[in-house]
Amino acid sequence: MSKNTETTEAVEEAVVTETDTAAESEAAGQKVSEMNTDDGSDQGKASGTASGSAESAMAIAKKQGSIGYQMKRNKESYFMMAPYFILFFFFTVLPVLMSIILSFTDFNMLEFPTFVGWRNYVKLFLEDNIFTIALKNTLIFAVITGPVSYMLCLLFAWIINEFHGFLRALLTLIFYAPSICGNAYLVWTLILTGDRYGYLNGILLKLDIINEPILWMQTEKYVLPVLIVVQLWLSLGTGFLSFIAGLQTIDRSMYEAAALDGVKNRWQELWYVTLPAMKPQLMFGAVMQITQSFAVADISINLAGNPSVNYAGATIVTHLLDYGSTRFEMGYASAIATILFLLMVGTNKLVQKILGRVGE
Amino acid sequence: MAKKKKEKVQKPKKHLFNKKKQLNRSFAGNTLLFVIMIICGAFMVLPLVMIVNNALKPLDELYQFPPRIFVRNPTLENFSDLFVLMNDSWVPFSRYILNTIIITGGGMVGHVVVASMAAYPLAKNNFPFKKQLFSMVVLSMMFSWTVTQIPQYLIISWLHINNTYLALILPAWSFGMGLYLMKQFMEQLPDSMMEAARLDGAKEWQIFWKIVMPNVKPAWLTLAIFQFQQMWGNTGSLFLRDEQLKPLQYSLQQITAGGVARAGAAAAVTFIIAAVPIIFFLICQSNVLETMTSSGMKE
Repeated sequence: MSKNTETTEAVEEAVVTETDTAAESEAAGQKVSEMNTDDGSDQGKASGTASGSAESAMAIAKKQGSIGYQMKRNKESYFMMAPYFILFFFFTVLPVLMSIILSFTDFNMLEFPTFVGWRNYVKLFLEDNIFTIALKNTLIFAVITGPVSYMLCLLFAWIINEFHGFLRALLTLIFYAPSICGNAYLVWTLILTGDRYGYLNGILLKLDIINEPILWMQTEKYVLPVLIVVQLWLSLGTGFLSFIAGLQTIDRSMYEAAALDGVKNRWQELWYVTLPAMKPQLMFGAVMQITQSFAVADISINLAGNPSVNYAGATIVTHLLDYGSTRFEMGYASAIATILFLLMVGTNKLVQKILGRVGE
Repeated sequence: MAKKKKEKVQKPKKHLFNKKKQLNRSFAGNTLLFVIMIICGAFMVLPLVMIVNNALKPLDELYQFPPRIFVRNPTLENFSDLFVLMNDSWVPFSRYILNTIIITGGGMVGHVVVASMAAYPLAKNNFPFKKQLFSMVVLSMMFSWTVTQIPQYLIISWLHINNTYLALILPAWSFGMGLYLMKQFMEQLPDSMMEAARLDGAKEWQIFWKIVMPNVKPAWLTLAIFQFQQMWGNTGSLFLRDEQLKPLQYSLQQITAGGVARAGAAAAVTFIIAAVPIIFFLICQSNVLETMTSSGMKE
């Protein structure tokens, strides 16, 4: 490794490198014209070949500018990317396309799919009452947990950034841990148990706030709020780490300059210096949090059951799983998946646009 | 870039609050933030504390009224119960562990290699369709895998890798965020490093293995840990039918489903499930944060 860098530095100074193709084709052109002028003995011939060489240089430049040549020249790059993108095609691109195509068919895994046009979508929006509930719940989830978890990620990352050394590492771990510990959120089932043995009921009974235990996960009006709280607990994930890391990279001299310019307290500092400086991380975090907030399903299935009481905890994903892996109505399930796909990507694109304008 | 950051982190360590940043800091503000942090931190950490305590509780304390969060007479009974249950299992328990190692390990190593190989040209070379390929990967981060679950199942059946380890490993290799993070991290490497090697006649793959890869170590660890988190919770129930092939997570879930009689062992299981990824993260924390500094998205 060190050997490599040494040679790197040595050669670097000596040679001017050509990186883009424009520079290279220019160089090639020069070479051609040089050769030609060397050959030429009299004036007329020289000028003739000069114009000829200009043409051939143009031809070379054109050839090198063409996509085919560029692809050939970067053959190695394509070979290196091939394994990833072949897998990516099979397990991401193709599935999305198939899902869109299958959503216009009736498919039960046994017979060949039959084309049914928009029927699945019509059924989804006009006849399927549970889908309407699921869509409503998903949107509530997304509208609440998306922005709230995003703000929390930012707030906690910002506060953690004020700490140092061991304390910072510890706090990062504490806040990040829930999102990585697999299905350990099942511990919430103990907290939310509907009888007196549930931790929450136990505490509330002891404090005389309630007289009898509440069936948290069996009472319609509690299901969604409780799931939202649990989801928030789980949601300080990759976006949160990105924010912490982003805050660390902000140049301290910017704060000093801002203080001289009249920034008086930490809140102003946050708004005028910190947020604009970490815009790229804010974008990345937004993608993470939005995608997560639309995909809520596991906690609903494990805490509230599937189907939950009066479908109070149904989300688009639980509905999708219901049709896809229980009823095997794949065409219909694909229509649900397609709608979810459009919702997620659409929201992400929209939010990216909005965030792109922040600080401009 | 990386060097700069290290210097910063190492500077003031003795102060609770960073001395250098005291510019616009008031005592009231510090106290307020400290209080917020304690309250929220308690909320975040309480369920985790419960997991630890439950794993150490004897059975009578698990079903006590009123329920107590902290254990009174800690015992390792639950773990020994778990071992008894493990020995009773139909497939030898070591088999589940081996399966998990193959699936998670294969997924992690393959992903790091395949994603880095794709990330290097995307970060450092110019070629047609580069933008389109990368924006496809970014797009894939904007929806969750549940969307593609059904067709993915069909494709895996067509490829005849159903009911093999590959059914779980191969899709994991093309995980979009790994490529994204790796590419962003590689972009910071100075171009001069590669140019010089190129002039020495090194081929692209040599540059990749000998120059680029040793310099992006924090990124591999990050990709590995994110991949681990993805794969650790996977029970493989959709693709693996043979009991012989199922991962540890599956058998642990079987134990949790055992009801009251197995409540103790289940508490031990929950502890193990939660503890492994947390410990893994703890070890790699600084590397992960270093990688995440370059995670930002430009339009």
